[in-house]
Amino acid sequence: MTSLRSTIAAAQQAGRAALVGYLPAGYPSVEGSIELVQRMVKAGVDIVEVGLPYSDPVMDGPTIQAAAEVALAAGTRTADVFRVVEASAALAPTVVMTYWNPVERYGIDQFAASLADAGGVGLITPDLIPEEAGEWIEAADRRGLDKIFLVAPSSTRRRLELTSQASSGFIYATAVMGVTGAREQSSSAAPELVRRVKEVTDLPVGVGLGVSTRVQAAEVALFADAVIVGSALVHAIAGEANPTDAMAALGALVEDLALGVRRELE
Amino acid sequence: MPDAAGHFGRFGGRFMPEALIAPLDELEQHWRKAMADDEFVAQFNQLLREYAGLPSMLYEAERLSEAVGARVLLKREDLNHTGAHKIRNVLGQALLTTKMNKRRVIAETGAGQHGVATATACAYFDLDCVVYMGEVDMVRQALNVARMRMLGAEVIPVTSGSRTLKDAINEALRDWVTNVDDTHYMLGTAAGAHPFPAMVRDFTRGIGDEARAQTLELLGHLPAAALACVGGGSNAIGMFAGFIADESVRLYGFEAGGDGYETGRHASTITAGQIGVLHGTRSYLLQDEDGQTLESHSISAGLDYPGVGPEHAWLAETGRATYTSISDAQAMEAMALLARTEGIIPAIESAHALAGVPGVVADLGADVELLVCLSGRGDKDMDTAAKWFGLVDEADLVAEVKMK
Ligand SMILES: Cc1ncc(COP(=O)(O)O)c(C=O)c1O
Repeated sequence: MTSLRSTIAAAQQAGRAALVGYLPAGYPSVEGSIELVQRMVKAGVDIVEVGLPYSDPVMDGPTIQAAAEVALAAGTRTADVFRVVEASAALAPTVVMTYWNPVERYGIDQFAASLADAGGVGLITPDLIPEEAGEWIEAADRRGLDKIFLVAPSSTRRRLELTSQASSGFIYATAVMGVTGAREQSSSAAPELVRRVKEVTDLPVGVGLGVSTRVQAAEVALFADAVIVGSALVHAIAGEANPTDAMAALGALVEDLALGVRRELE
Repeated sequence: MPDAAGHFGRFGGRFMPEALIAPLDELEQHWRKAMADDEFVAQFNQLLREYAGLPSMLYEAERLSEAVGARVLLKREDLNHTGAHKIRNVLGQALLTTKMNKRRVIAETGAGQHGVATATACAYFDLDCVVYMGEVDMVRQALNVARMRMLGAEVIPVTSGSRTLKDAINEALRDWVTNVDDTHYMLGTAAGAHPFPAMVRDFTRGIGDEARAQTLELLGHLPAAALACVGGGSNAIGMFAGFIADESVRLYGFEAGGDGYETGRHASTITAGQIGVLHGTRSYLLQDEDGQTLESHSISAGLDYPGVGPEHAWLAETGRATYTSISDAQAMEAMALLARTEGIIPAIESAHALAGVPGVVADLGADVELLVCLSGRGDKDMDTAAKWFGLVDEADLVAEVKMK
């Protein structure tokens, strides 16, 4: 199984950033999300982030909120997320991104076991800070899963140190103070944040929140080891009336972003 | 007291995006400094006294006492400015906001009570005020929407999720993470991430501290028990805080039972929920098998929340306080009883605490002195009460209006 670090290192060796693509499991249906994730990998995503749809996504803007509502209304369960992971992990290193309560409810150790059994390699936890993560860190270490915590422009140096010590795989840098959603302007805070993270750790840094175009991906690829795209992909799918067009729109956007992380702008 | 990271036993803590951790640290520092600063405390007390009309009276309800077979002392928070205990918390947080040099305040509201209190404090301190309110609640509580706007607040309808209080909190958190540099999030109850539960308790504990002194003066000894309703838990923790160290005083919290907690349509988080994480804290909550938050149900909008403050979870687990579920019907009966025996119309929230009296009498025996937090007045609930009791015939009303 390919690890997050080796995947990002391979991209670095090829002189580019890695492309990380996020899609919520169960959107628009479990089977539909499996096909979309597979399409995303074929079109050039290096690492897949499968979202666990949650009733109270405080870090997400309207696009991902709406997708989560659709997924939950369609009856998506935690166990379904692992099915999507399994299908994705066969093609590319795959992590889950989830708010914390569904993990506690599933059972922390059990969640780690199911994720590892499905071939997942790590977990991104947007509302879990290392200070509250003792049990998760133990469970993840037992299963060899990566623990991807977030840092933000507001993080102090002491917190950057603490968070990077608790992290593995890569560090997730939120480029702006805000929620997920495509933004027209690239963040001016992101390069500074990545510089500060690099001062305290050798871990690769992925930058997310707001990237939606090839140009933005290229800009972020200048200073980040991985470019994370979520809302823009969901938006591309949501804009299409039928599954075939949604697949095509997603594929086209990912191909474009893949050129961006290679800094191929023409 | 919680530990340094805001844990009450295994409850509490901080389950928040990293982006908000530094702002929460900053808030905690300011709050700790303020509570140790004589000048801040004096300013806060002066505001409570001269602006909010505190300390609230302790009133011995003799005819009610006769009816229930115990001596009932009411802590009259219903007489406070804006009509509920909530004014204590917002004045404390608004004063703190000015010390942090922030200009903008955001808040969530369900029934509109906390929204009105927040809008009031912001008008007083000349702060910009934005209140998030579920679209469903805005229709149910149109009068309070008008009150907030009258006070200069912007009320933003929340259309995501279940369009009620929990989604208003989500939306306020999204605003906060985006605008935290100049914005304070004025959370309306003793829940949420550390330091909110302890901070809100500090600002509302006047309820219990005043009541303790008043009871001692009136009776010469402490009451047998203190009773309060529990939504997120601010009036209850404010009352309990005055008595936690007094082991002889039993503490009783009353949760909203809706149609009866056995039916699944309720807001009895401690009675019938499970431990989990919601809105930044670990506590009891209403959730499904996958940890998705369930909608709560109560006739009382102020208690209609699927979570509860972490200190209550801890008081329940340690056995220091007892939590019981009160159905809509029981609460409405108690509301009518107080109105008829004492000429006081309580908020439906507070009526849940009154409805708990017979159970406590059964526990402790008759002729004990019970202190009940009358957290608010019922003016805001007259629509609901009119429908419940059939106080007005809608056809008659329409005819009356037409005649005019
Ligand atoms: C009068 C009154 N009592 C009680 C509550 C419940 O809140 P808490 O549990 O925080 O006291 C409310 C909330 O709106 C209220 O208006």
